Amino acid sequence: MKKHQILGAVSAMVIATALAAVNPAAAATDQVVIGDIDDMSGVYADVIGPNGLEAVKMAIDDFGGSVLGKPITFISADHQNKPDIGASKYREWADQSGLTMLLGGSNTGVSLAMAKVAGEKKVPFFAVGAAGSSLTNKDCTPYTVHYSYDTTSLANGTASAMVQAGGKKWFFLTADYAFGTQLQEAATKVVEKNGGTVVGSVRVPLGTTDFSSFLLQAQGSGGDVVGLANAGTDFVNSLKSANEFGISATMKPAALLAFISDIHALSLNTAKGLYLTTGWYWDLNDTTRAFGKRFFAKTGKMPTMNQSGYYSSTLTYLNAVKAAGTTDSDKVMAELHKAKINDMFVKDGYIREDGVMVHDMYVMQVKSPEESKYPWDYYKLIKTMPGEEAFGPLSDSTCPFVKK
Amino acid sequence: MQITWPRRIEIALLMFGLCVPFLGIYPVFMMKLLCFGIFAAAFNLLLGFSGLLSFGHAAYFGIAGYVTAWLRLKIGLPTELAILAGVAASAMTGLVVGALAIRRQGIYFAMITLALAQCIYFFCLEASFTGGENGIQGVPRGSLLGIIGLQSDVSMYFFVLAVSVGVYLAIKQIVGSPFGQVLKAIGENEQRAISLGYSVNRYKILAFVLSASLAGLGGSLKSLVLGLATLSDVHQSTSGEVILMTLLGGTGTFLGPFVGAGIVVTLQEYLSDRVGAWVSVVIGLIFVVCVLAFRKGIVGEIAKQFRARQVSVS
Amino acid sequence: MTTIAGYPLPVVLGQLVLGFVNGSFYALLSLGLAVIFGLLRVVNFAHGAFYMLGGFVAYLLLNWFGLNYWVALVLAPLLVGCLGIVAERMLLRHLYRLDPLYNLLLTFGLAMMIEGFMQQQFGSSGYTYPVPQALTGVYKLGFMILPIYRAWVILASLTVCFLAWLLIEKTKLGATLRAATENASLTQAFGVNVPVMVTLTYGAGVALAALAGVLAAPITQVSPHMGTSLVVVVFAVVVIGGMGSIFGSIVSGLMLGFVEGLTKVVYPEASTTVIFVIMAIVLLVRPSGLFGRD
Repeated sequence: MKKHQILGAVSAMVIATALAAVNPAAAATDQVVIGDIDDMSGVYADVIGPNGLEAVKMAIDDFGGSVLGKPITFISADHQNKPDIGASKYREWADQSGLTMLLGGSNTGVSLAMAKVAGEKKVPFFAVGAAGSSLTNKDCTPYTVHYSYDTTSLANGTASAMVQAGGKKWFFLTADYAFGTQLQEAATKVVEKNGGTVVGSVRVPLGTTDFSSFLLQAQGSGGDVVGLANAGTDFVNSLKSANEFGISATMKPAALLAFISDIHALSLNTAKGLYLTTGWYWDLNDTTRAFGKRFFAKTGKMPTMNQSGYYSSTLTYLNAVKAAGTTDSDKVMAELHKAKINDMFVKDGYIREDGVMVHDMYVMQVKSPEESKYPWDYYKLIKTMPGEEAFGPLSDSTCPFVKK
Repeated sequence: MQITWPRRIEIALLMFGLCVPFLGIYPVFMMKLLCFGIFAAAFNLLLGFSGLLSFGHAAYFGIAGYVTAWLRLKIGLPTELAILAGVAASAMTGLVVGALAIRRQGIYFAMITLALAQCIYFFCLEASFTGGENGIQGVPRGSLLGIIGLQSDVSMYFFVLAVSVGVYLAIKQIVGSPFGQVLKAIGENEQRAISLGYSVNRYKILAFVLSASLAGLGGSLKSLVLGLATLSDVHQSTSGEVILMTLLGGTGTFLGPFVGAGIVVTLQEYLSDRVGAWVSVVIGLIFVVCVLAFRKGIVGEIAKQFRARQVSVS
Repeated sequence: MTTIAGYPLPVVLGQLVLGFVNGSFYALLSLGLAVIFGLLRVVNFAHGAFYMLGGFVAYLLLNWFGLNYWVALVLAPLLVGCLGIVAERMLLRHLYRLDPLYNLLLTFGLAMMIEGFMQQQFGSSGYTYPVPQALTGVYKLGFMILPIYRAWVILASLTVCFLAWLLIEKTKLGATLRAATENASLTQAFGVNVPVMVTLTYGAGVALAALAGVLAAPITQVSPHMGTSLVVVVFAVVVIGGMGSIFGSIVSGLMLGFVEGLTKVVYPEASTTVIFVIMAIVLLVRPSGLFGRD
């Protein structure tokens, strides 16, 4: 066959299959379609990522696999930490696939872009993975639920614990996007409220692997705490570098956001003594332990706060759909705001007007290798913060449609 | 008037384009395809017709997108003015980069465009108006001339289609004009053009600015279609993508860039859900195969065979 | 604290030391690129991908076969170098008679394939490669603590660069290589097998990139994208040094490491871009580069 014939045939085939692929599926009414857009392969892949899909599937199975007489569909995609990919996928699913609820994975920047789509397309958006508090303040929408944690509660927990333990002069190493900036802002407020000062900061691109020069700047600042306003592998690498360059000897690292997956990657030897704030830990009580062991059986790892958050938010949503008797977004959101959430994730949790799911948050300290008695025995509980204290009162919210 | 085969294909494609919303094809996907088609066609003006490889063309695509997005979101400037402002911004950027880069030729020209594009990327990362890693989000589409609302995907689609057809015809016009002939001459043999007395640099700068402006047009439209302007738009990888689209479709042809853009955008859309990172491998493979065997690109090869047949028949 | 121009001295010195480490990497990487361009007129955009493969081969040698760092230092460049030779024979060979822009595009596509494949197999986040036992520990320099491994990187890179320069500029083999570049047919007429030389040279250049990858593995994470952002920077280094000059690329690599380090003191966010600004200026003022002969 001649070159041009081959080319023509190949192009025709590609175009034909593509057109078939992008043809919309007719969306049945009252059929629940749950979507998950998350970082599946990058910096945050271990926080929720592919194992998070298991959590959702467990929830769907535990609920019974169907609601309102129709089977529940679950789709997922990788946003690769790019806001445009996340937002476009959400929009496409809303337009083409009859999406009725989106689970938002890690990365605040992407979640902010997705929150805009939530408001535009009126599809409930459970921001579980993202930390940025602006999701329930200036970037809030009537369809956003901020489920597991946020930068406000992280700062109220970890930053105040560290200032009270003597860390008065802070230097921030900040991931250079919405999450890092918001976390730094929240922590700064807490530090200053507790009598500390911020002596400097530096912005670090997401995904940096060699933190040596940034840590050197931290050292030169004369501070006694290096606030790590980052997460995932960024956090793991920056902490390792801090130890490698002997920075940890003179400046205490503040793990402003750390997940059990990070502690597992670091090993207790490197991470011991770190304070961190979390919304959930597998070893808190019998119910959490039961879920943790089930998840471990499926994935070989204990769930992070956000993976169990995925399980809980899926069930909460499905319960709301059942109570509302429809998948209509406004009716379901109304049910969600009325709901009292009592499951393996929280006791007496509720979704506030601004979208925050108010629940207890825990300040933990990482155990030393000697203190740890069995695998994944990583944390000891220092303090339990009641919801309103952790997330701040509703009156502080800058969300435009909240009546104060 | 004899309707030649190329003309028939153009008309068929136009008919298809007009029917798209009624065939159940996702309009946002088609619009993205057309915006990249405009971008690739603009790039082709430089590579295919003037023989200039600009390695950082995403800079003009992205800058226009940012400017339009910002003007729409923060100032509420009417849509058509925001688009024109975006195009103007990329034209000016193209002027600066072009004026600097044409002082050298070949690989060095390409390297300068790359270096300056990296500087532009950095500028977009740091400048507060671009929103850095978060980008500009929630850009409202507004309406055309205050009359035709563009919020609906279908009406926006027809607008983008109209602009694409306009760009296609404009490029044909430019290339066919005396100006275009000189550009082609420069592309084929610069020394000869100089010896013939043409102020080659002036032509090259003008071509560069035209190309940057049209690329900007594609970028402005894209940020309105998707409601976002992000760093991906000015990133090195987008510059690489447009080179691929043009090469694949056929440098030196008019439909080529659109065909190339169509294939690459479709592959990314269709494959990324199903096969993840294999998309890069597939696209890279296509690139390699094109460079080795199909240097004229799809449309180019088809056109070549077609012309050969015509000659043998007559 | 003593200051220099308003910046604390320990900070400046510390960044310069780190800059020295980075500069040695740049020198080693740009050496391979300069060799390939200088002798083959090929703009090897796949250089970053081969660097990444070097790191990965070291990681896999450790985790699949239990072979340590020192073995990897020799084995990884050899293996990746062979891959480079295969690529040259099968792909690049066909493009020499065409415009050099085509081989640039080919290597660009090749880089996409290699990186995409590795990402598919290994995901985007990195894998840790431990510092070899013999090189753990730190030097206490007073103004900063320098891990011994980083000092080793400086030593190793500079040694290799020096040896390569010696080989090309001062030996008969090097002279033959240079002759082949300037006039392939004439050199061939003298009985030298030019195509084989070309292939081996490409392989050697690629091997140098892989070596840099092994050296980098304990410092950065081994990940499929570790070479992507680096390759453009290395190009800038080679262009500044002079695309045909080995000596030029080594010197500018080191120099730019220092410049980057100083920028991190003054305006940290610009540290990645300062090299491109310099490249643009050099290209406009002296296109053949600071030491180039073109």
